[in-house]
Amino acid sequence: MSLIFLENVSFYYLKNTPLERMALEEINLSINEGERIGIIGETGSGKSTLIQLFNGLLQPTKGKVYLKDKDIKEWSIKEICKTIGLVFQYPEHQFFGETVFEEVAFGPRNLGFKEEEMEKIVKRALDTVGLKYEEIKERTPFSLSGGEKRRLAIASILAMDPEVLVLDEPTANLDPRGKRELMEYLNKWGRGNKTLIIVSHDLDEIIPLIRRVIILHKGRIIFDDSIDFLFREKQKLIEFGLELPQILQIVKVLVEKGYPIEGYMTLNEIAEVVLAYKGYLASWKH
Amino acid sequence: MIEVKKVTFIYKEENKKEKVAIKNLNLNIPSPSFWAIVGANGSGKSTLARLMNGLLIPTYGDVIVDGINTKEEERIWEIRQKVGLVFQNPENQIIGMTVEEDVAFGCENLGLSPKEIEERINFALSSVGMDEYRNYPPHLLSGGQKQRVAIAGVLAMLPKYIILDEPTTMLDLRGRKEILNIVRELYEKEKISIILITHNMEEAVLAERVIILDNGEIKFIGTPREVFNLESEIFKWGLDLPLVTKLSKILQERGFDIYYPILTIEELRKCL
Repeated sequence: MSLIFLENVSFYYLKNTPLERMALEEINLSINEGERIGIIGETGSGKSTLIQLFNGLLQPTKGKVYLKDKDIKEWSIKEICKTIGLVFQYPEHQFFGETVFEEVAFGPRNLGFKEEEMEKIVKRALDTVGLKYEEIKERTPFSLSGGEKRRLAIASILAMDPEVLVLDEPTANLDPRGKRELMEYLNKWGRGNKTLIIVSHDLDEIIPLIRRVIILHKGRIIFDDSIDFLFREKQKLIEFGLELPQILQIVKVLVEKGYPIEGYMTLNEIAEVVLAYKGYLASWKH
Repeated sequence: MIEVKKVTFIYKEENKKEKVAIKNLNLNIPSPSFWAIVGANGSGKSTLARLMNGLLIPTYGDVIVDGINTKEEERIWEIRQKVGLVFQNPENQIIGMTVEEDVAFGCENLGLSPKEIEERINFALSSVGMDEYRNYPPHLLSGGQKQRVAIAGVLAMLPKYIILDEPTTMLDLRGRKEILNIVRELYEKEKISIILITHNMEEAVLAERVIILDNGEIKFIGTPREVFNLESEIFKWGLDLPLVTKLSKILQERGFDIYYPILTIEELRKCL
């Protein structure tokens, strides 16, 4: 059973008007439980549209979207919210709770979680993103720093304990420290059974968290495979006129220099290859 | 030259705690030059940028742009013309119905002849590679293109300095590259001084000098190589290293003969 399944999905904004615009075309996609996926692509490639199809916020113009083998149209909103948690870009712009506690408790309350468990639920959600319950529960969300606000917004979705967490550009506008911290918490979240989907225009940032990459280009999927395979097939990005992320630029240089790098490697692993082969390559050239 | 002399800036709002954003800061930025300012959120980068073109006036101390103190109210427009400011979000900076109108807006207020305005628009649009889009409605442009139009609007004022406050944060890799190429050309060809505020360490590498701000104070000024040669301090100040620099440090630690931190992909290519 696929968790999320898209069958021949197309999406047009303002269909049948002079302003009609294709956002997605013939998308076929199957996402399984427990996957860690990055969706990358340039601005306007259809990334944000795609994830809003996952939870029924947008309905496809053509084709079908299934959640756990059931047509998304047959799901109630509450059921969807329990299954898929979607964190929009700049989620902190949507804060309305007077306190951090209220902000986080809002979602679970709406889904009918028991009030006597609320403290536990809120505490657990804040813990997951590294915020200290006792220190901040009574504070107004607006008094937090930029990085804390972002993490709070994510906690308010995690509090509903979704099976799938979908984040749209979660690190936008954070400074390097804020990015690092957020990525560490997300990396730990739900390892094993939960599904993580991160939308980003910067592969370098999300690469340690994901195993599978989906690349959108002008509304179509041009790559859907493992990170491992992307390291071998980086040429494909260049063919489509896309800029290579830093890590792939490094790999490209090393491969051109004759270093045997095949498939995904961390910086440490890349360094090991360089150290092991440097002398060998130099003597071969002479 | 932009001179920042013993400047302190305090945000004061009713019913709120005072916040000291800049603390007794001294800085001289010569012209022409290409400097980058880096620092964590809340380190005072944007405040410093706004102090340098008179959008904010120091609580204590002085900011002097080519001999004009930003406190001289009657000359504030001279300063704003000299020091252009480009913000992070291009959406918030576009006002015209067409690209041309948008670029013309600033210099139309300078009382120039139509011919002069025309020449400036031509110069500004060609400098950012947007000539073809002259009559285009700006809202149909990509993020990178909008940001180029915003830069053109500043260029039409013929500034001597351009401060860009995280101009690529909202852009994808392609948009980012476009903007950085333009910025570099403006510096190299037009001799316009560039002050680039950024969170992106790869961008800071492009500058001649990098200023590290932390908590309203300058912690370090140096060439990119000096800055990224710092060890744990970089992380303490909430920053990071470019990815290639990280790789070169790992190699260095493990006995590979690299004597300085590698900053760009091209350098990496040469030393392997």
